[in-house]
Amino acid sequence: MSVATATLQSVAEDLTNDRRTPRADKTLRRRCSPLSSTAQQLRVLAAVPLDEHSASIEFETLTGKLRPAELEVFQVNLGKLCNMTCRHCHVDAGPDRLDAVMSDEIIDQVIAAIGRTRAHTVDITGGAPELHPRFRNLVEAAVAAGKHVMDRCNLTVLLLPRNKGLIDWFAERKVEVVGSLPHFRRPNTDAQRGEGAFDRSIEAMRLLNAAGYGRGAPGRRLTLVSNPAGAFLGASQATAEREWRQSLEREHGVTFDRLFVLNNMPISRFLDWLQRSGNLEAYMQKLVQAFNPAAVAGLMCRNTLSVGWDGRLYDCDFNQMLDLEIALPDGPHISKFDEASWHARPIVTARHCFGCTAGAGSSCGGQTA
Amino acid sequence: MPGYYNTQHLTDFGKIADVQPELGKKFFDYYNSVFADGALTAREKSLIALAVAHAVQCPYCIDAYTQDCQQKGADFEQMTEALHVAVAIRGGASLVHGMQMRERVQKLGM
Repeated sequence: MSVATATLQSVAEDLTNDRRTPRADKTLRRRCSPLSSTAQQLRVLAAVPLDEHSASIEFETLTGKLRPAELEVFQVNLGKLCNMTCRHCHVDAGPDRLDAVMSDEIIDQVIAAIGRTRAHTVDITGGAPELHPRFRNLVEAAVAAGKHVMDRCNLTVLLLPRNKGLIDWFAERKVEVVGSLPHFRRPNTDAQRGEGAFDRSIEAMRLLNAAGYGRGAPGRRLTLVSNPAGAFLGASQATAEREWRQSLEREHGVTFDRLFVLNNMPISRFLDWLQRSGNLEAYMQKLVQAFNPAAVAGLMCRNTLSVGWDGRLYDCDFNQMLDLEIALPDGPHISKFDEASWHARPIVTARHCFGCTAGAGSSCGGQTA
Repeated sequence: MPGYYNTQHLTDFGKIADVQPELGKKFFDYYNSVFADGALTAREKSLIALAVAHAVQCPYCIDAYTQDCQQKGADFEQMTEALHVAVAIRGGASLVHGMQMRERVQKLGM
């Protein structure tokens, strides 16, 4: 990864010198937390006392209905490097995560696989994927292959000097921007993402709006993603979207096209927060009690392939963060990906999956029930 | 009986309909309809419920609607403002009764 390494060093320097991006937390890795081990996270989850009877019945329902559908979304995680360090991050991303960035070799394999896949959408995530030296290269390749491209964006990254002009570049390629904004008001947003994150996000939305994003134009879609700022489930997506639209336009003069409401997954930094705040047991019980069989059909693991920064494959980005690899006969790696066997695979589940089946359901495409 | 207020009461509230289930069902159906999205959003209704919960000083309702407000997307500032609405009405209700006192004082005093 020689070319990328040189550029990556300059990205790292930019992030070190960046004093404007709010940072809420430190990565688990930097803190040398026991939870920086995925095996430890799985042990902690398995040790939560739950009503085993109802939990096992619910899991049978879940796994019984959980069969692969059509492959629609090819999701690529470029790595854990990020300009922010949000408290709820399921990736443990941050500016110090140079250890987990996709190499040139893997990017080339991903681009080759995008050329072969029947999935209509390429969903690019991270970390902050826009910081990857070959991000634009990947987007170009996906657009050339006729795919709809979604950029999972933390919004503040668009304000970094190195990303000047990126929004117009997106607009020329009809890239959908999927921006994270926990709440339509400042307090909960800043509590989760760091002091000043709300104002920086609104500033980024103004730039997006000025480029035609978030105003109903099909090639310039701005989707917002909301996470609860605490140990509770997401609000109703349809109601929240109306309230967000009114409030953001009235208070800040910014607009967006649609809102996804997600639940927080009990993994990585959110798991750490749940543990430290004494909310872990009650939150897990809440997820199990709110199990909604109607949310299962729309789960992302049924229509999404998740590719990790090192080329390993998963059923979703959350399994990726727990090192729960996909169950494919040729092995869980992009270099050996065969779409026919993907359709026949069993989907890998563990206790964190209750996060996606709770309440109105939760996936990368928002609520599912 | 461990005491007059017990957090388990809230969890078990539905059991109140074990006896006279038809009345219980009517109440809970009505209750659920009241809190559905309508001309007011479910979040706005939850904030009203939180304010009323403080006015009637019901610990069960305060617990339930604190959680419900958060889940419906209300933040701490909004919830605190709702609380002050209840406080203002309670305080104002006392103060406005002062008009009775005032009338009597003016009538009886020299």
